[in-house]
Amino acid sequence: MALLEIHDLEVKFALRSGPVTALRDISFSLDRGQRLGIVGESGAGKSVAAFSILNLISRPGYISKGKILFDGNDLAQLNPSQLRNVRGNRISMIFQDPMMTLNPVLTVGAQMVESLQAHTRISRQEARKIALEKLRLVHIPSPEKRLDQYPHELSGGMKQRIIIAIALLLNPDIIIADEPTTALDVTIQAEIMDLLLELCEDRNLGLILITHDLGVVSQVTERTIVMYAGRIIEMGPTKEIINDAQHPYTQGLINALPQQGIPGRRLNQIPGSMPPLQQLPNGCAFHPRCAYAKAACKEQIPAFTQSGGCQVACHMVAELVNQAGKSPALENSPSTGQDS
Amino acid sequence: MSTLVEIRNLHKRFPIHGDLLDRIRLKGGRLELREENVHAINGVDLTVNKGEALCIVGESGCGKSTVARTVMGLIEPSEGSVHYQGQRIDNLSPREMMSYRRRMQMIFQNPYASLNPRMSITETLEEPIRFHQSDLGKAEMKDKVAEVMQAVGVDPSWGKRFPHEFSGGQRQRISIARALIVDPEFIVADEPISALDVSIQAQVLNLMMDAQEQRGLTYLFITHDLSVVEHFGARVAVMYLGRICEVAPTRTLFAQPRHPYSQALLSAIPRLEDERPRFIRLQGEVPTPVNLPSGCVFHGRCPHANDRCRNEIPALRQVDDVQISCHAVEENRIASG
Repeated sequence: MALLEIHDLEVKFALRSGPVTALRDISFSLDRGQRLGIVGESGAGKSVAAFSILNLISRPGYISKGKILFDGNDLAQLNPSQLRNVRGNRISMIFQDPMMTLNPVLTVGAQMVESLQAHTRISRQEARKIALEKLRLVHIPSPEKRLDQYPHELSGGMKQRIIIAIALLLNPDIIIADEPTTALDVTIQAEIMDLLLELCEDRNLGLILITHDLGVVSQVTERTIVMYAGRIIEMGPTKEIINDAQHPYTQGLINALPQQGIPGRRLNQIPGSMPPLQQLPNGCAFHPRCAYAKAACKEQIPAFTQSGGCQVACHMVAELVNQAGKSPALENSPSTGQDS
Repeated sequence: MSTLVEIRNLHKRFPIHGDLLDRIRLKGGRLELREENVHAINGVDLTVNKGEALCIVGESGCGKSTVARTVMGLIEPSEGSVHYQGQRIDNLSPREMMSYRRRMQMIFQNPYASLNPRMSITETLEEPIRFHQSDLGKAEMKDKVAEVMQAVGVDPSWGKRFPHEFSGGQRQRISIARALIVDPEFIVADEPISALDVSIQAQVLNLMMDAQEQRGLTYLFITHDLSVVEHFGARVAVMYLGRICEVAPTRTLFAQPRHPYSQALLSAIPRLEDERPRFIRLQGEVPTPVNLPSGCVFHGRCPHANDRCRNEIPALRQVDDVQISCHAVEENRIASG
């Protein structure tokens, strides 16, 4: 049994107009040392999925079905004080915007000591020592000085490093990172991703990386989950998904990237946009935008089909694979001229 | 190839020293007026040729948006000038500027903020016509609005709706329609797709490329996303801390970036074929634009910096089809490859 197993998770939001299902049929697992990416566009439910693991969904949202098994315990059933023993201790979280995550009126050291003391009986001096050690771990220059600085004195990249250090304070087994570099510049993004990867490898951490950037997913993760309108539509080894995507949506997403197009020519676009969760179409939620949609797609929600190493929720997978012989995703992707 | 827009030695400083009372300091028994500025742009020279798409890239705080706004006349330069078809436009009166405003339009980053939430789409699109083509009759105006909405892929029958009824991608289409409606020659687009999802980004980029082809538009395209630049731009200008590092044809830059900063920036693009993050690691962090470093603004982080870089500001020099401001490149100190 894997360390973290999620079975049939369903999350609903009780809105005035009636309950809206934000997440359904989510099942996946993660062990120590594994790196999992969750990709999708805004509104696909990837952040809700991440938040629900630690039961951080607040009203009007609630987990309406399913199990979140961590070390044998169902996190969805735990009371707040039991949950506190998992949050931060065993699973910690890194959020998107480093400017919003740190408390602006406390020094970095105070915030780190505070988290340590909230979870363990430990003196201030000892807590500071651990804090210092973690700051070194995330390669922050002159860490002693940083402990007494306030967040506004630090750059965005430095703040995100400190947040990673805070996430590491209690030596968790799993880190959930929700778009950790979206607010940062590309050179800093590369450094932060490199750091996360290094930590996972050196310390045997499990990582769930939520992002919309397929390039980042391919650099950091081993397995990938692609989400669309609250569901998993494809999951499998990252390399396979990037090089040989099976679901028409994943193919469309990859082909729409500027680096896959021929400079100066039109990009391969997916028509339309993702439907709001209140107005999901019948059958496969992607069918109104899908070039391959048939009658069955409009009526029946597709179940997962095994295709290569991937699981794909698409009625047309078998047919598409037979037709193309190989990946249709690669047909339009010329070399980017950057490979050296 | 004729020059449409020329930017000469542009500087922009934003004062952060507050009002007179804040500025007065007692120093050595004498009152002194303290002055503190953010140096957003420090001597930028740039030309945009007719019919091309020039991209400006750089990280946050490098001054790329300030350049865009100064070109549009939304902010006044502290020094230097902006020329449109040879005519200086940065010092014109609002009345004189009117005729230029019709020819140059702007698309902003956030389509949630740039459309007036209390105006219907038709009202939003008719407003520029009222200012710039007031001779147009009511029926003609209606036709024109419908035609432009069609062109950007928004159903003309939705004209009575308000911005909140549209998705982000559709709103950005409407912002593009608002720019196109007065038949401009030149469009400044400030991060027009940064707020959009990948599948929608492709739609909007395609729309902008179609419009360029059909209407012979010239673009000044501001972005931080290098893979978009690679796809969209004919030429790229790389900015760092308010200065131009390198201006090159897109293909040349991506095949062989010469400026050490361009090299680092390009190396950090996450690519689908990557197995792990790979990039040129820069030392330190971007210095504050309040106290600029002496010499080359990049010297503190540059692996090739020497004494000359620390003291002398490198000028933008033409090498083949590339303009570059770097002493190390000039002296051939960077091994190529």
